[in-house]
Amino acid sequence: MTDLSDDGCENQPQFRRLKPRTGSVIRFVIDGRPADAMPGDTLLTAILLNRGFLRRFEFGDGRRAGYCLMGACQDCWVRYADGRRERACTTLVTEGVSVVLDMTPHV
Amino acid sequence: MSKVQDTMVVAVIGAGPAGVRACETLARHGMRVILIDEALKPGGQIYRQPPEGAERPGEDIYGFEAAKARRVHHVIPALAERVDYRPQTLVWNIDKVGKAYRLDLLRDAKLQTTTVDRVIIATGAVDRVVPFPGWTLPGVFTLGAAQIALKSQGVAIGQRIALVGAGPLLPLLTHQYLKAGLKPVAVLDVTAISAKIGALGGLISQPATLAKGVYYTSKAWLGGAPIRSSVRSIRALGTQRVTGLSFTMPGERTGEVACDAIAASFGLRSETQLADLAGCDFEFDSQSHQWQPKRDSAGRSSVLGVYLAGDGAAIGGADVAELAGARAALALIADNSGTIDLREVAQLDRRLNRLATFRRALEQAYPFPTHLLDNADDTTIVCRCEGIDAAALRQSVRTQEPREVNRLKAFTRIGMGRCQGRMCGHGAAEILARETGVSIAAAGRLRAQPPIKPLPLTAALTSVERMGER
Repeated sequence: MTDLSDDGCENQPQFRRLKPRTGSVIRFVIDGRPADAMPGDTLLTAILLNRGFLRRFEFGDGRRAGYCLMGACQDCWVRYADGRRERACTTLVTEGVSVVLDMTPHV
Repeated sequence: MSKVQDTMVVAVIGAGPAGVRACETLARHGMRVILIDEALKPGGQIYRQPPEGAERPGEDIYGFEAAKARRVHHVIPALAERVDYRPQTLVWNIDKVGKAYRLDLLRDAKLQTTTVDRVIIATGAVDRVVPFPGWTLPGVFTLGAAQIALKSQGVAIGQRIALVGAGPLLPLLTHQYLKAGLKPVAVLDVTAISAKIGALGGLISQPATLAKGVYYTSKAWLGGAPIRSSVRSIRALGTQRVTGLSFTMPGERTGEVACDAIAASFGLRSETQLADLAGCDFEFDSQSHQWQPKRDSAGRSSVLGVYLAGDGAAIGGADVAELAGARAALALIADNSGTIDLREVAQLDRRLNRLATFRRALEQAYPFPTHLLDNADDTTIVCRCEGIDAAALRQSVRTQEPREVNRLKAFTRIGMGRCQGRMCGHGAAEILARETGVSIAAAGRLRAQPPIKPLPLTAALTSVERMGER
């Protein structure tokens, strides 16, 4: 059963994989922690299968998790640990990438 | 074949059904074609091909349309060296230079320009959205997004999914999620059943398509998806992410459902930024309730040498797009003293006319739900990019008195964010129209600005590669 409560739920995945994939697991990093993806996953899919959001909203409170998935709304720009940014719905996840979703330090 | 055609270069922008058929027709007539597309592979959104590693059988992804999808996918590979195909390339600006057009491109995080003689714009459409309370929460997506997640990635947007819409995509997507083994917790249609009954006469003009619509709808019913019509307003609940959806119905009735994902959008909206930058004239089409670049029945825009086809010109769907792409290409060839088969033209025109009847009925069955904005409360965010809310727009209208949406943009920054007004432009115009009493047509449309999508600063700092300069 899904926990629909609001608090501390940002680490709960948003997406759910319905169609099994084959191929070798792609290992990448979210906020310094290891995460798994599969070949063919976009960066957005890869993150949302592991987390509940992609970034913090820079003009106010709250977080964002993408919206249109077709490269139009620009809601899903994700920051890499090296400072680069990429639109996550039109980028494929690659081995070893490190993304930073949450700029606040983990306790 | 005339001399002009031997040296003329045509750019087709967009590799969906319209762009692909335009390329095919141009190549068949010996024209030199550059096909530029943002995606990895041809197909557009409707026939989008999953990335390598996520492939599945066509029947699984495209259902009834699998054969059509396959045919569209095969066109460009079969044309091989006759078309200069440039995937993963963004056209972010068009400028007229003398009699030619310079296209500014972004490819591999580098800027390029290419200069061409003629342009066919086939940029497709995006989900048409309406701001509602809570629509920026993580877990709220468009119907198109929910479909892309399923078709291209094989993932669901959540566990407990609520779908909200005003168009044929709603029953189709409901059917697709049911088929994938996930029953939506709510399916809300914001249009009335009476509108669909009223449109039946026109919908019967395409019996096969109507039958598919009835099939999806009945499958959705039989699958036990709880469907409601005539929904008046919606609100996404939650503070950090979506936890529910509340809605109102006629007669003060209300409903609420717990969910962790919402997909909501209301038909499609043409992607017209490039047509705008190319200088095309626009008109407000009251039936589809949106701005469209003007064009003749063959796809000629108001600008010499610029042609329009597919959903980027006016929403018509994939079948119309294929025909319109071929038709625009034939117009371009004929305009440059090429020889075309008039029987082919007549046949395309006949089929396009028949489909136009069906489209008019579809617009009647699924009118744009302006009522969703009737009670948009002040705290509703209109601009997703920068968080500008309805209160800020209303206050600007009252105190600074803009009467047109580009003035409202100058005062409030609405439409200046990363999406360049794609998501907020129409909602802002609706709010302006309501506050001032001017018509939605008089409220205007946000003018496009280059770059039409964000460019990385690193790309802008490297030198520009120029191709085809003349």
